[in-house]
Amino acid sequence: MEQEQRRGSGGGKISGQLQAIFDKYRGQQGTLIPILQEAQNRYGYLPREVIGEIARTTDNPVSRIYGIVTFYSQFHLKPRGRNIIKVCQGTACHVRGGKKILNFIEDKLGIKPGDTTADLRYTLETVACIGACGLAPVLMVNDDTHGRLTTELLPWILDRYK
Amino acid sequence: MQFIRAHVLVCGGTGCMSSGSRQVQAGLEDEIARRGLDNEVKVVQTGCHGFCEMGPLMIIYPEGVFYVSVKAEDVPEIVETHLYKGRIIERLLYREPLSQKSIPSYDEINFYKKQRRIILSNCGHINPDEINEYIAAGGYEALGKALTLMTPAAVTEEVKKSGLRGRGGAGFPTGMKWQFARQSPGEKKYVVCNADEGDPGAFMDRSVLEGDPHRVIEGMIICGYAIGADEGYIYVRAEYPLAIKRLRTAIAQAEEMGFLGKDVFGSGFNFALHIKEGAGAFVCGEETALLQSIEGRRGMPRPRPPFPAVSGLWGKPTNINNVETFANIASIIVDGAEKYAEIGTEKSKGTKVFALTGKINNTGLAEVPMGITMREIIYDIGGGIVDGKKFKAVQIGGPSGGCLPEDMLDLTIDYDSLTAAGAMMGSGGLVVMDETTCMVDVAKFFLTFTQSESCGKCTPCREGTKRMLEILTRITNGEGREGDIALLEDLARGIKQTALCGLGQTAPNPVLSTLKYFRHEYEAHIKDHVCPAGACSNLTGYTITDDCRGCGMCKKVCPVGAIAGEIKERHVIKHKVCIKCGACEGKCPFKAIRKGA
Ligand SMILES: Cc1cc2nc3c(=O)[nH]c(=O)nc-3n(C[C@H](O)[C@H](O)[C@H](O)COP(=O)(O)O)c2cc1C
Ligand code: FES
Repeated sequence: MEQEQRRGSGGGKISGQLQAIFDKYRGQQGTLIPILQEAQNRYGYLPREVIGEIARTTDNPVSRIYGIVTFYSQFHLKPRGRNIIKVCQGTACHVRGGKKILNFIEDKLGIKPGDTTADLRYTLETVACIGACGLAPVLMVNDDTHGRLTTELLPWILDRYK
Repeated sequence: MQFIRAHVLVCGGTGCMSSGSRQVQAGLEDEIARRGLDNEVKVVQTGCHGFCEMGPLMIIYPEGVFYVSVKAEDVPEIVETHLYKGRIIERLLYREPLSQKSIPSYDEINFYKKQRRIILSNCGHINPDEINEYIAAGGYEALGKALTLMTPAAVTEEVKKSGLRGRGGAGFPTGMKWQFARQSPGEKKYVVCNADEGDPGAFMDRSVLEGDPHRVIEGMIICGYAIGADEGYIYVRAEYPLAIKRLRTAIAQAEEMGFLGKDVFGSGFNFALHIKEGAGAFVCGEETALLQSIEGRRGMPRPRPPFPAVSGLWGKPTNINNVETFANIASIIVDGAEKYAEIGTEKSKGTKVFALTGKINNTGLAEVPMGITMREIIYDIGGGIVDGKKFKAVQIGGPSGGCLPEDMLDLTIDYDSLTAAGAMMGSGGLVVMDETTCMVDVAKFFLTFTQSESCGKCTPCREGTKRMLEILTRITNGEGREGDIALLEDLARGIKQTALCGLGQTAPNPVLSTLKYFRHEYEAHIKDHVCPAGACSNLTGYTITDDCRGCGMCKKVCPVGAIAGEIKERHVIKHKVCIKCGACEGKCPFKAIRKGA
């Protein structure tokens, strides 16, 4: 079994970790996106070798997988930080000053949306509504939602995520 | 037997959780246990009450006392004073913003008084993770009735008679859609629930899924029975982790109870339900794109026909409806189509949930009968504009919708009146804007959104929205040219007529509706190089703040005499005259002059 996986991928470690995911979805329809989602959960992003391995196992050309990965904003091809900050730029947040919140964080961390700080502590992203519009402006750090933001609150919030 | 004398309901919706309801609940449970009250008082976590502005929210039964903005520090007092001594804590009650009167119970609050809660009736009142609470509130009665007393054709007929129209945006009659799928030949059919809710500013689907997931599941099973499908998918945005978690629990419980699975209610009908997590693409809310995405491809729309009812998921007949549409089904089946159709207007029946956001006092979810006026929603339920500012516009329908000005506030809301006014029901997001919001900037905001979410498959949408955005950017930067408005209108018309899917066909709406009602703002940007709302930074002049001591330095230095004011009184800048040279800003010894309005 182990032998076989090695032969299949040329990179035994990755193959071993992905195997559980492949097993879970074997024999089902429409599993490519869930497989990519779970692989990303495991690695934090989708390294080249992982995409290659998924392509081989699911019998898809790499170009097709690449097409999917670049279509959906959830997938990432670059390593990401330990804490993902998603600043809402949806309508409700926009009219209540979401832009100011974003600019403040950009200045404070010295990065633009899509980038990661050099120490890999934060990745900054924008999102077009997280459904907590009643508390606009809103941001999410990892799975926590923070609402009714003011620029005074921000340093305190960011500081909590090491 | 243990006797529970009080129930404390703590809101566990996304809004209240981010305001700290988890800490409140944990603190409450500890404190109750510490005082040995845990076998007479029960703490229940509920879904969203819709009044997110005032969160975390708490209701204590049997009295039904409603506490707002509860903090973890308030917990000892709640246990001591309310649960132990039976006295209401005045300072935690909701105060009506206008009268400052404190109001002890839920139903007395203006925000709730004008609402008619059918879809949201359980939200905030039951524990969404407990199927028995849904059943106790009358849940799964409709499914039992449909499966044991009605034929699939009769179910479809009932939905048709109710006049229910799709809540996902376009308002297509739901019963007709079911009939198409029913009549499509094929052994295998699917039911799909569209829970992509990509429209920024809308969160009703999220709240229903988080607060009452079984209502949606029940609607889907009934649909499966009506059209002859044995399998269903719920496509949920990845941004809604709590909704996904609650749905998983709900599906597992429904399976255990036998509402999902084989031979439901002994009727021989089978139905299996799966969850698909989206991966972040607005266009996947469009039905054909959504189906592509479930199949594991790039979510790009395809031309219709064939409609999904004929060829949908994996080429099989598929019925796709929105979350709120499915949430309406149970009450139609239980109470009957006639009863349902009593609510609403001639062509739009039932209630609609609106998400009130923006510069409004009571942000949150409001479920109201169709046919209510915009004014009632914004002023009676929403409590008017924040900080007593002046109302300017309400944006309805998200990126596909439009902005309506003050003189349209008495418009009665239904699908057709909104479309006629140049807006759209859309998902029901209402974003209220005040005098400080620039309408050209709003149009640009939406176009930025649609342009970046365009999937790129058809040229009008891919290229056209880009060109429109360039023009709008130019205008908001103060580089607008003569003829820009005509060019925008021309492009808008072309894109509307030729784009492949709803995204492109409706993308120009925010521009067209702001041009229709706020054309003067565009003209002011282009001709006078002013942003009347003071929002576009390149076009805002200077203002003098309260720090002004009236020294008169600025007046002296101004080369064009644009500053007026008496010595020792606050000075003002005449924007029409000001050439924005900035000379005054540098001269002011009190730093009382700044850029922007
Ligand atoms: C760009 C675009 C985005 C859409 N997004 C959603 C959405 O988030 N949720 C939804 O229910 N319908 C959305 N729709 C509408 C769906 O295509 C479809 O009409 C709807 O799911 C049908 O359900 P209904 O008949 O119950 O309204 C969208 C349409 C377009 C063109
Ligand atoms: S617009 Fe920001 S949460 Fe909805």
